[in-house]
Amino acid sequence: MTVVIIKYNAGNVQSLQFALHRLGVDPVITDDEWLIQKADKVIFPGQGEASSAMKYLRARNLDQLIIQLKQPVLGICLGMQLMCRFSEENNTQGLGIIDAEVKRFTGTIKIPHMGWNNVQHDASGLFSGVKENEYLYFVHSYYVNVCTSTIAKADYNKPFSAALRKNNFYAIQPHPEKSADGGMKILDNFLKI
Amino acid sequence: MLTKRIIPCLDVKNGRTVKGINFNNLRDAGDPVELAVRYANEGADELVFLDISATLEARTTLLKLVRAVAEKVTIPFTVGGGISSVADVSALLGAGADKVSINSSVVAKPELIDQLAANFGAQCLIVAIDSRTISGTPYVHTHGGSRRTHLKTIDWAKQVAERGAGEILLTSMDHDGTKSGFAVELTREISRNVKIPVIASGGGGLIEHFLDIFVAGYADAALAASIFHFKEIDIMELKNYLQANQIPIRL
Repeated sequence: MTVVIIKYNAGNVQSLQFALHRLGVDPVITDDEWLIQKADKVIFPGQGEASSAMKYLRARNLDQLIIQLKQPVLGICLGMQLMCRFSEENNTQGLGIIDAEVKRFTGTIKIPHMGWNNVQHDASGLFSGVKENEYLYFVHSYYVNVCTSTIAKADYNKPFSAALRKNNFYAIQPHPEKSADGGMKILDNFLKI
Repeated sequence: MLTKRIIPCLDVKNGRTVKGINFNNLRDAGDPVELAVRYANEGADELVFLDISATLEARTTLLKLVRAVAEKVTIPFTVGGGISSVADVSALLGAGADKVSINSSVVAKPELIDQLAANFGAQCLIVAIDSRTISGTPYVHTHGGSRRTHLKTIDWAKQVAERGAGEILLTSMDHDGTKSGFAVELTREISRNVKIPVIASGGGGLIEHFLDIFVAGYADAALAASIFHFKEIDIMELKNYLQANQIPIRL
């Protein structure tokens, strides 16, 4: 099985790479169109700021490439947020794969939302075999409301989407590669889709 | 619900842990990787590695260590000690660290916080503040606490948050090593005045101290070193106690 991690200007993929190694997979980190097209699984990671990430993807036509992928794709953190239609972070138009808006947390809570938060899920698909109310590691200042594409929820001042799915596109807000056993199970499930 | 975090800190020198000799069943008690894995298995929420080596050669050793930890550990970890440039941070994150902790260098050059936040994002940027109270007012100290600055701790905390730090690691030097409890009042004042999470450090000696720093001190996380190294407090026992006292905890 070939697994590609899309290489772009949004953060460090070292831990993700190591996590996949632990699952017996040696991912290719690339922005090469052909390698991404023919991969069995594609991971779209991301940390950092939305508008500069989208600008980078557009400049290399990676935005067009990603939206037409047919194999299972997993967006993580900023990768998930960029899969949505729009982000309040510097008013950024996203890839529009998932019809949802990304909003900034507000209120008296600490921002970023950083640490382990329990996640409600239905124990199927990406979450198959994951413990009920499992804790996963989040680091983010923007969130997606609960919507029709939501497959897992978390609560921080208000309920929000911990994971989304639209057809072959899966997306997760917390970092499975940093979320101990529960996170490893999610990555393993994705590899087995 | 977001849980409060328990963070063991490992002091490393030339790639070896300085404390932590009291563990049983370790092949090599001085091996930070083995210790890190053990802490992760015992329920630690994150780890901090503080490099106290002074030499340049030790940086290469540190990067090797960071890579080895990242290969094995499935929870987030932070590396601190002697970081003074964008290149330093880039090398550590590239080796697999999730966050870096910076201290003296940003006191000398506060705009480095802005630069690092712009380059790598706030999520990986912890500013460590060592505070000591002088005539009733907490002041920032640098260089392992040996140098006093003119900065009031509260003012500096607000400034680093505004400049783009993702978290503050607040060490009270007045409490550090005493095992008589964390700096509850100082932590509360800082935590209520910044929007970013605050990690309390220094003084934790009993499980009750952790309850206190979360409830009365408004801390988002608590860090300790020797009490975990020497097994004076078992992480799971601590977390069970906190949960029994209505603190949101990952178990």
